[in-house]
Amino acid sequence: MASRVTFNQDRCKGCSLCTVVCPKNIIFLDRTITNRRGYHPATVEDMAACIGCANCARMCPDSVITVERNIEEEKTT
Amino acid sequence: MKKELWKGNEAIAEAAIRAGCRHFFGYPITPQNEIPEYMSLHMPKVGGVFVQAESEVAAINMVYGAAGSGARVMTSSSSPGISLKQEGISYLAGAELPCLIVNIMRGGPGLGTIQPAQADYYQATRGGGNGDYRVIVLAPATIQEACDQVRDGFDLADKYRMPVMILADGMIGQMMEAVEWHDSKVDDLPEKAWATTGTKGQRKPNIINSLFIDPNESENHNLKLNRKYEEVKANEIRYEADIPEDCEVVFVAYGTPARLARAAVRVLKEEGINAGLFRPITLWPFPERELHEIAKRDSVKAVVAVEMSMGQMIDDVKIAVNGVKPVGFCGKAGGIVPTPREVADAAKDALKGAR
Amino acid sequence: MAVVYQKSTGLTDVEMHYCPGCTHGVIHKLVADALVELDLLDNTVGVAPVGCSVFAYNYFNCDMHEAAHGRAPAVATGIKRVLPDNTVFTYQGDGDLAAIGTAEVIHAAMRGESITTIFVNNAIYGMTGGQMAPTTLVGQKATTAPLGRDQAHYGQPLHMAEMIGLIGGAAYSTRVTVVDMPNMMKARNAIKKAFQMQREKKGFTFVEVLSTCPTNWGLTPVQSLSWVKDTMMQEFPLGVFKDIDKKE
Ligand SMILES: Cc1ncc(C[n+]2csc(CCOP(=O)(O)OP(=O)(O)O)c2C)c(N)n1
Ligand code: SF4
Ligand code: SF4
Ligand code: SF4
Repeated sequence: MASRVTFNQDRCKGCSLCTVVCPKNIIFLDRTITNRRGYHPATVEDMAACIGCANCARMCPDSVITVERNIEEEKTT
Repeated sequence: MKKELWKGNEAIAEAAIRAGCRHFFGYPITPQNEIPEYMSLHMPKVGGVFVQAESEVAAINMVYGAAGSGARVMTSSSSPGISLKQEGISYLAGAELPCLIVNIMRGGPGLGTIQPAQADYYQATRGGGNGDYRVIVLAPATIQEACDQVRDGFDLADKYRMPVMILADGMIGQMMEAVEWHDSKVDDLPEKAWATTGTKGQRKPNIINSLFIDPNESENHNLKLNRKYEEVKANEIRYEADIPEDCEVVFVAYGTPARLARAAVRVLKEEGINAGLFRPITLWPFPERELHEIAKRDSVKAVVAVEMSMGQMIDDVKIAVNGVKPVGFCGKAGGIVPTPREVADAAKDALKGAR
Repeated sequence: MAVVYQKSTGLTDVEMHYCPGCTHGVIHKLVADALVELDLLDNTVGVAPVGCSVFAYNYFNCDMHEAAHGRAPAVATGIKRVLPDNTVFTYQGDGDLAAIGTAEVIHAAMRGESITTIFVNNAIYGMTGGQMAPTTLVGQKATTAPLGRDQAHYGQPLHMAEMIGLIGGAAYSTRVTVVDMPNMMKARNAIKKAFQMQREKKGFTFVEVLSTCPTNWGLTPVQSLSWVKDTMMQEFPLGVFKDIDKKE
């Protein structure tokens, strides 16, 4: 896996801003979960498609998202 | 120490510099202009800062910022300008910041007159801004006293973390008198660990704030402020009582009228009437109990408030006397100063009414 | 795996109270990141306004003052004159800065106060519930302009970044936005530049950021991004209105 995004779902306000800036269109609000503030938090299922661009994390007003990228793997491929 | 002749306003400014004040923010208004003018010339010489702000509103908010960052800071103005400062004074009180505010009072309401008056007593002692707060109010009757109060005022402000106001009528600001400088050393004052100076990575951020959105927190904050005000009441009341034995009538006056009341005491003496002077030096906290004890004396038949206003301090006099003796009044407004004769006559009227 | 983005250490761990998708939060992050990246945070004193961002004093991980409505530039002046070597910034909304506090910001700029003002223009009074601001667009509805801002009655919006740009003491004045990634990068650079210029004691620095207020605009957060781009930017062009580093 080249990249990983993690959501601090407790703090997500379900605003969808991250979803519209993701170039891979892989973020969606998880309607099966309601967090303690009553929002459906954002999530990613197709993590393999994530390119670690961090657009989502930069756009999130509530600093919900952490983005990691496998730099080593990038170098070798 | 030798005595020097100083103009009131300039002496106040010099006293502030001598008391270690290095930041002054103000805006021009008569009759206090000599204070910012003096500061503009002399602050830079001691490495201090003088800024003429765009308004009194801005000036007091600069004071708020500087005080929050730990500076010994001051502003001065006169009545209409002090009205504009009320917002900032309320914030300073709410955020528990020390500073010195000088009001060289002129007549009102509105633009009023540039002549001396004492019509801002309510505003100063009741808190002209919003909320349940107090400022310590010091009232000088001589220029020497004004200078001493500047040092005292800064120290009180630091000690209690609250604004202190010197409330002087335009006469005190404008006249000249002999001053003796005593450069007493600053008392042991608490360190300002709460000041915003940058965390330097050494501590948690400091926050200067008067907002407590939670009602319980807000009430607790008010209770805390109130405990502080009670402490000030218990420890810092200042007054002067010149009450002869067999005193029949007691004048209560501060600032210039206190000087005139003293002259009226002499006038009455010549006429065979024993009069005395009670001079509150702290207007808040008002020396309530002290005045009450004097009013209670058997010989005292009446108490007379003397003011350069239509009657404001008289409310505190009545609260203090609490009905044990009648309270008369001698008041002038709009820049007119009462004569000793008028003050003496008011005493006689009060005595007549008391019999 | 290397972390490429995480919550800024320039922000505290306090949860922000802003409405979902409000870009106040994004702007906070840019300011916090700039202070961290320039290694200024520990020596910074920020000034919070009255408005939705009043609680900014709980969010920035540095010393903070909460100012009265509109007075932040005066408060910042007081702080900076006591602490000339610290970084001092104000963070203000459009009601705060362009209505009740217009005098304070103009005169801070005039004096060339070495402070940075982050001006969040969302064309409305957010905190008090959507009343008209000096920056409300002609025709834009507000709770005190229910039929839309009427030019005959209220004139036209104030363009603060342009106004500040005309003032001698201003070193830098720009208008940016955060509603898409390229613009966010520009906003980030502008904020960094402003703090950098403050560090070099060049004068007053001003960054106007076009921001959203989904709640009072009656739009979703995503629609709000588009509204900034399609409508607000027509009235408030992005650009640099003064930069003394670029002397023509
Ligand atoms: C002296 C004073 N007047 C009015 C208010 C009420 N008030 C609070 S916030 C605000 C407007 C805030 O709008 P803006 O500055 O645009 O910030 P936003 O909330 O949109 O971020 C007003 C009028 C106040 N707190 N103090
Ligand atoms: S890092 Fe980029 S690609 Fe990955 S989820 Fe976020 S926006 Fe999408
Ligand atoms: S931008 Fe942040 S708060 Fe909004 S949906 Fe995405 S993760 Fe949640
Ligand atoms: S009211 Fe508007 S400006 Fe305020 S937090 Fe909500 S969306 Fe943001």
